[in-house]
Amino acid sequence: MIDLGYDAAHMLGAVVLLMSFALLYQRRLFSLLHVFTLQALALSATAAWQAFSHDEPHLYITALLTLVLKAIVIPVVLHRIIVKMNIHRTIEPALGIGLTMVAGVSLVTLSILLVLPVTEDATALTRENLALSLSVVLLGLLMMISRRNAVSQVVGFMSIENGLILAAVGVAGMPLVVEMSVAFSVMVAFIIFGIFLFHIRERFDTLDMQKIESFRGESD
Amino acid sequence: MTMLLATLYQIVQMLLVLALAPLLTGWVRLVKARLVGRRGPSPVQPYRDLLRLLRKEVVLARNASWLFRAVPYLMFTAIWLAAGLVPIFTTQLALAPTADLIALIALLGSARFFLALAGMDIGTSFGGIGSSREMMIAALAEPAMLMVVFSVSILVRTTSLAEIADFMMSGVVGLRISLALALIALIMVAIAENARIPIDNPATHLELTMVHEAMVLEYSGRHLALVEAASMLKMLLYMGLIACIFVPWGMATASAGVGQGIVAALWGMVAFALKLAVGGALLALFETSIAKMRVFRVGEFLGGALLLSLLGAIFLYVSRGV
Repeated sequence: MIDLGYDAAHMLGAVVLLMSFALLYQRRLFSLLHVFTLQALALSATAAWQAFSHDEPHLYITALLTLVLKAIVIPVVLHRIIVKMNIHRTIEPALGIGLTMVAGVSLVTLSILLVLPVTEDATALTRENLALSLSVVLLGLLMMISRRNAVSQVVGFMSIENGLILAAVGVAGMPLVVEMSVAFSVMVAFIIFGIFLFHIRERFDTLDMQKIESFRGESD
Repeated sequence: MTMLLATLYQIVQMLLVLALAPLLTGWVRLVKARLVGRRGPSPVQPYRDLLRLLRKEVVLARNASWLFRAVPYLMFTAIWLAAGLVPIFTTQLALAPTADLIALIALLGSARFFLALAGMDIGTSFGGIGSSREMMIAALAEPAMLMVVFSVSILVRTTSLAEIADFMMSGVVGLRISLALALIALIMVAIAENARIPIDNPATHLELTMVHEAMVLEYSGRHLALVEAASMLKMLLYMGLIACIFVPWGMATASAGVGQGIVAALWGMVAFALKLAVGGALLALFETSIAKMRVFRVGEFLGGALLLSLLGAIFLYVSRGV
């Protein structure tokens, strides 16, 4: 009959994926941050649920790390950066929203097609979790490609990392050390991004990557 | 005896949807008014409006064809029939074998087709704009709706609404990604189809962005009453449909005794009234918390619905079995 452990894990993973789509759909920087916070919350709930249902206490640490870093610290800091730089206007996606969404669904299909043959003998939950997390990673990449504003590219990068954690949580046997180091390297990357954004802004007066490209002498 | 009871249920359902539809509209308006700090009209105001319109004289344009006069009746009948097909308080309806999701979409589609024709019939520019926009929305909403139907029916292995409700109540399916995605997509389609706020504003009559109201601008008197009643029925229908597929609990199913069956059906009605109240309040909350979209963003919104339902169908094949 109904296997609640499976169902809930499955739903929470789907919410994380859905939030990735919502990230692709959002145009404004602030709502982007709100969706990102929601994604982090869903991810941390997934980790906590896995810890509870599989009785793996170290996953609680992952959940806590995600909650504190991804759902509180990073959104607050990004929010401050946006306010400080006074760029809370509409962001211009490089591709149209519709096109991005179509690309997103094809990426999800691609990752399902990729994961299914490889994991024939794994359990349904593992297969699905891998498919979901690979999709989240690919959607994060798509987000980085399709946006021109540096802040939304940072959000894309962070959501890639969310996908990695989703994979780590779903697959049994990921050592805690690896998770910790991933979390901290992301934190370091985030700090560097933060400093970088200010420097870019100071030098070029914009965070629009397409405008900055002309300084590299690529586009005329 | 069962046949007789089923017929009785069917008649009760037809009358019930007709009686409840204006109340639902009135309820949504009241909650919306309260949420923005107005007192709002009484929830029975739509009944008074409909009665007033029925008593008024019909004013026809000189060049109106027979189609223009026939459409309100056609549209009302199609939507009333469709609303009668969706099992709302019991699955034991006489028309249950015909209550097929695809037939339902076809009924709604033909109602919309006739209304769009009527919008263009008089030849005013507003009607034309309304019809063309309605068709644009329909062209995007219908595939999304069909994808929802496909993913639900792949899971349940039937398109019959009564069987879907029975299957969902049996508890064999737990929480499913596909169902969640289908639910979100269906809600988005329902919002677009009922001309609710991010797509169209149901409260306006004079705005360049209106869609539904622009089509029915030329109608008056009893014709307008029928068109309005049809759109109220349509909202009830969509809420009933969502309730029937995704939250069927409380609905009466096949039971042993006649007395037992009738009691269950009465409870089913109470449950349905509760579902409508909650659904209407949620709709009002959603509408007050969001701004209307530009017409050209409707494509993105409904495209999103289509993609979500597509994703739901894809995920059916990943999760445990189909």
